[in-house]
Amino acid sequence: MYAQMIKTARAGIKTRDEMSDLERDFQDKIDRDIKIEPRDWMPDDYRATLIRQIGQHAHSEVVGQLPEGNWITRAPTLERKAILLAKVQDEAGHGLYLYSAAETLGESRDELTRLLHEGKMKYSSIFNYPTLNWADMGAVGWLVDGAAIVNQVALQRTSYGPYARAMVRICKEESFHARQGYHAMMKMAFGTPEQKAMAQSALDRLWFPSIMMFGPSDAESTHSEQSMAWKIKVKSNDELRQQYIDQTVPQIEYLGLDLPDPSLKWNEETGHYDYGEPDWSEFFDVIKGNGPCNVDRLRNRVKAWEDGAWVRDGLMAHARKKAAAKVAAQ
Amino acid sequence: MKNEWPLWEVFIRGQHGLSHRHVGSLHAPDAETAIRNARDVYTRRNEGVSIWVAEAAHIAASTPGDKGPYYDPSQSKVYRHPTFFDIPDEVGSM
Repeated sequence: MYAQMIKTARAGIKTRDEMSDLERDFQDKIDRDIKIEPRDWMPDDYRATLIRQIGQHAHSEVVGQLPEGNWITRAPTLERKAILLAKVQDEAGHGLYLYSAAETLGESRDELTRLLHEGKMKYSSIFNYPTLNWADMGAVGWLVDGAAIVNQVALQRTSYGPYARAMVRICKEESFHARQGYHAMMKMAFGTPEQKAMAQSALDRLWFPSIMMFGPSDAESTHSEQSMAWKIKVKSNDELRQQYIDQTVPQIEYLGLDLPDPSLKWNEETGHYDYGEPDWSEFFDVIKGNGPCNVDRLRNRVKAWEDGAWVRDGLMAHARKKAAAKVAAQ
Repeated sequence: MKNEWPLWEVFIRGQHGLSHRHVGSLHAPDAETAIRNARDVYTRRNEGVSIWVAEAAHIAASTPGDKGPYYDPSQSKVYRHPTFFDIPDEVGSM
């Protein structure tokens, strides 16, 4: 998802007998669905795992602006340009809500930024794919934000209060993202044969990267167990992926596009769609930094940060000077 | 000198005359910029008509450990709620 392959800071789950009194009280609160708040006691590993997950989620929102920013100057109409600008601005806001949630755990924004820029923290694999034609803007909103919604709706019930509240706010805004994307896809799919071909190409290229967003299959996801016990993670990767596929296939059919995976078939028995396994070696390769756009994305983020340094420093210097003058005048 | 902008907590009053409510936080060099940025981040969809910001470092808060001594005593004072008193129907609404 926007947070993938998050290593839980602890291997294995402690039994009740192995827990200290504080740990037992903490687990009881989680089990009773009482939210954990910033100043409550929490195990160090819970805190560390959350910082990793929320931090990666925040980085994904911010880096996620880049593939779409690519099309702002080339949007086909003024209306589409305004919509795209609004969406990209939302992503910056989502990054802010999440960084703020991470900060309540005692990790500074600048520190998270540093870890991203040094390659010590990741962002979602999906943003390392290029956006090659205008239909990709529709497909990103529809498929990528659609996948994010499935994950984030579940995370509204996550155990850490500030993270859950950020999710509530983000989900409200995210539904605009998915709908504007699908709307753009409809225009393309119902347009000229050339437009329809662009829509098909976008779907074909982004389908597997989108379903890979949920992370590897549960069987191979070694870190899930403790995160589930702490309710940092609420649903498993496979559960979320299946839910996403079930809701998306009929939307593909409505557009009149070919299914991007020949294995996609309704299964009467399970009541779900069967689907083909994505190429997980590609996923691990992208995560490792070898996707089509990894180098570009990080370089652009670092450049934006460095180019903006004089503005940040200048405003801070000005604020300090003003504050000092105010004190002197009193 | 550390140059990270300080953290501000943001409070917004919605359209319908309710109190300002905490909506989130942001970094800004000073109060004026914090308000301007809060407008951009937290009121893009008609969420409010008034913004307060307060530097996070200046907010004092009760501690989780106070929970018992602070709030438990109010649980035994049920007579503070109007439903504690049975008023006969004949009296009419009260």
